[in-house]
Amino acid sequence: MLDSKIPAGPLEKKWEDYKGHVKLVNPANKRKLEVIVVGTGLAGASAAAALGELGYQVKAYCFQDSPRRAHSIAAQGGINAAKNYQNDGDSVFRLFYDTIKGGDYRAREANVHRLAEVSVNIIDQCVAQGVPFAREYGGLLNNRSFGGTQVKRTFYAAGQTGQQLLIGAYQALERQVALGNVKMYSRHEMLELVVIDGKARGIICRNLVTGELERHFGHAVLLCSGGYGNVFYLSTNAMGSNVTAAWKAHKKGAFFGNPCFTQIHPTCIPVTGDHQSKLTLMSESLRNDGRIWVPKKKDDNRRANDIPEDERDYYLERRYPAFGNLVPRDVASRAAKERCDAGYGVGTTKQAVYLDFKYNLINKYGRAEANKQGITNPDQETLIRLGKEVVKEEYGNLFDMYEKITGENPYEVPMRIYPAVHYTMGGLWVDYELMTSVKGLYALGECNFSDHGANRLGASALMQGLADGYFVIPYTLGNYLADDIATKPIPTTHEAFEAAEKSVRERIDTLMNIKGKQSVESFHKRLGKIMWNKCGMARNEQGLKEAIVEIQELKKEFWQDVRIPGEVGEMNPELDKANRVADFIELGELMCRDALERAESCGGHFREESQTEEGEALRHDDRFMFVSAWEYKGDSDWNLNKEELKYEMIKPTQRNYK
Amino acid sequence: MEHYNMNLTLKVWKQKNKDTRGSFETFHVKDISSEMSFLEMFDVLNEQLIEEGKEPIAFDHDCREGICGMCSMYINGRPHGPWHGTTTCQLHMRAFKDGDTIVVEPWRANAFPVLKDLMVDRDAFDRIIQAGGFISVNTGNAQDGNSIPIEKEKADQAFAAAACIGCGACVAACKNSSAMLFVSAKVSHLALLPQGDPEKKTRVLNMIAQMDKEGFGACTNTGACEAVCPKEISLDNIARLNKEYLSAAAVIDK
Ligand SMILES: Cc1cc2nc3c(=O)[nH]c(=O)nc-3n(C[C@H](O)[C@H](O)[C@H](O)COP(=O)(O)OP(=O)(O)OC[C@H]3O[C@@H](n4cnc5c(N)ncnc54)[C@H](O)[C@@H]3O)c2cc1C
Ligand code: SF4
Ligand code: FES
Repeated sequence: MLDSKIPAGPLEKKWEDYKGHVKLVNPANKRKLEVIVVGTGLAGASAAAALGELGYQVKAYCFQDSPRRAHSIAAQGGINAAKNYQNDGDSVFRLFYDTIKGGDYRAREANVHRLAEVSVNIIDQCVAQGVPFAREYGGLLNNRSFGGTQVKRTFYAAGQTGQQLLIGAYQALERQVALGNVKMYSRHEMLELVVIDGKARGIICRNLVTGELERHFGHAVLLCSGGYGNVFYLSTNAMGSNVTAAWKAHKKGAFFGNPCFTQIHPTCIPVTGDHQSKLTLMSESLRNDGRIWVPKKKDDNRRANDIPEDERDYYLERRYPAFGNLVPRDVASRAAKERCDAGYGVGTTKQAVYLDFKYNLINKYGRAEANKQGITNPDQETLIRLGKEVVKEEYGNLFDMYEKITGENPYEVPMRIYPAVHYTMGGLWVDYELMTSVKGLYALGECNFSDHGANRLGASALMQGLADGYFVIPYTLGNYLADDIATKPIPTTHEAFEAAEKSVRERIDTLMNIKGKQSVESFHKRLGKIMWNKCGMARNEQGLKEAIVEIQELKKEFWQDVRIPGEVGEMNPELDKANRVADFIELGELMCRDALERAESCGGHFREESQTEEGEALRHDDRFMFVSAWEYKGDSDWNLNKEELKYEMIKPTQRNYK
Repeated sequence: MEHYNMNLTLKVWKQKNKDTRGSFETFHVKDISSEMSFLEMFDVLNEQLIEEGKEPIAFDHDCREGICGMCSMYINGRPHGPWHGTTTCQLHMRAFKDGDTIVVEPWRANAFPVLKDLMVDRDAFDRIIQAGGFISVNTGNAQDGNSIPIEKEKADQAFAAAACIGCGACVAACKNSSAMLFVSAKVSHLALLPQGDPEKKTRVLNMIAQMDKEGFGACTNTGACEAVCPKEISLDNIARLNKEYLSAAAVIDK
């Protein structure tokens, strides 16, 4: 029943063959076809621009005041591509292999291979748009390394790679706006999907400035609405990131894939208190040059710089000599938690470990610069000064950000870091063509489940977002719309639009009329606590069962006691937040169910009952070699569909980074 | 870092919507930790207002990491507040002390109408980009990324200009409400790169024309913009824009 529509033929030929045989829409007909794109992050902006260029009539939506502000803007470290510019043995196959292995063998081979293939085109496209990637003195593109790989394949622009890529896509999008191929609706939030005769045909949005509900028709609908990490309240995501668009689609028939697969990023600035509204990432690229350690002695209260070298435990280098500080995120996060739980944590809360740059600052950069400048026998001070200059160029903005937040200077003292929720591998289930289980409804970027299995490798989300938008959807969408060229735009007076708008209106009225006592924010915080404690870095059967009950109770309380000030027919950020939190609560329950059902550990999903003797994630391929695709049946009621994962090219093994 | 708590008085601009007049209202917050960000202090205030049955203060924000450009508060007479090279969201309460009074207003410029309280409409910036802030290259046309070597220094300068987050603080700081720093950052970013060369002339002319049309004022080189820009976009970019503009205008005149 779940048909992932993977083309036949050998893995490395599938995409080429698909493109060669796919149905096309001629230019004149494209003009008559309208496409809705919800979201203007890397996935949405690239899709809207590419489809506009092809001549489709595109309408794009975002809830921020400008498409340039989508959460993708915050991505720091870089974007992967199998260019092998470093001559260090990279190839499409290796990128494919690393991604499958990094994902702990829970991703679909065909999708990941395609991703690795188009990765090289992405870099070319971005350079042509004027994305100012970091360069070497010879004028060629520079690379850095990221976790879970042994090659240098990550392209970057200081610690602002996402910003530069998104600005590139945004400019391409604005060019299409100017040409009249894309109409942009910012400060608009999609609140319902309209389905007619089993096909996605439009959306209902709230104009966030006027509060009005609007109906929009499209021959197809693309959701590019990002991830749902904010279900944990505290995460590295932007404050507005939410699951609403995907959740509405889910309730209208789109299956939700692997909802419990969450990535906890090992290097984030630790929580300081209850006032905390979000957590800030310190890019994985810092692990290139930073060494992670804790004191060897328990409850060591000395300052970091006072702890001598031989009393430091570089636990990643100790446990994983082959990958050292560059093990994948799930492994690094669990190792940090293990040290802190065992009493070796640092800082006032003891929920932190050190990320220390001193060693590389002096030995790697300081020395290299001294050599370059012909300084023989440089003293320590000179090395530090020279090293700092290089580190500033590579990571300046991150170091500044750290200092602004913590008041400490990371050039002088090691950073304190702790894992935080960062990314969601789960998302709407899609087939090879990125179509969900609702016809004509597609999901791109972080909001789909497709390429990262149970753990995403660093610098691969940007790659996936742009791959989906620039290079995949322009082909796969045509294959669907080719059969739809005779369909005239459906007037938004159609009864399906009426009904969808009515349901949104009623829900908003219900919310506004509760007039309870507790703020939306307080519910969100409580949900986050349940999720973090019981469905976070470590999960077990009992905790998950408790969490499900607690979330159901929270949901009841929310719908009886939430307080939303202001009016419906005006700008009302509290109402917008309430709409989102209500959906997060329902999603939280599904995530716990999924985590409970998957009684194995894999990647970021760590079930305490299932670990190796060394505490690594232990998979059970005999029972869980599948994608969980949850089908919404009704309130707190889901049906589990399974997509079996077949590995033709790679033989799944226990992951080993030692 | 030593932490401390403080009590503050806030004078905040309240305005129902575009069409009504606004005014200052005074609020008090207690026990604000020096570890909070400025926006987290506003979160505390808003929770307090909701508790009291009042409407919270509307303000724009999203990433809270100083990169999306959404946050935009005019704090004690300065866009983004007292810290150099810092957005509102990255400003932390360490910047203030117990008993302080803080005045918070929205950006003020004709081209940025207030939507509600501290939120303004910055669509004009998007329209300036539409006028020419791009390189016309369709998807799939690109040659190999390394086929165009770019001098590292030029690439670094282009990157520094491209770091603009489109927040509009430069406009808010300028007595003429000029958008010159923002426009020059984009013109420079693209003009410094060989890829941007073919459209160099039309780009600068069209973007400037759009800027004027949106009602931004003229640049009189006072430099207030550079002083408040959270991304430290340099005035050199304005000089570069002027040069580009003159040479483009000269060619077009012929
Ligand atoms: C701090 C941080 C650093 C990161 N660094 C890296 C990195 O170095 N490398 C890497 O590969 N990945 C990185 N990632 C991950 C990566 O940035 C994201 O996964 C990716 O950018 C998601 O892109 P997207 O286009 O899918 O969604 P987003 O960029 O999140 O965009 C979502 C869009 O959908 C819109 N939207 C959402 N809901 C609605 C709705 N209901 N109605 C209308 N519009 C809606 C939003 O307005 C927005 O435009 C990082 C993530 C974080 C949090
Ligand atoms: S130039 Fe500076 S102040 Fe102006 S919009 Fe850009 S980042 Fe903001
Ligand atoms: S909220 Fe994004 S820059 Fe301040």
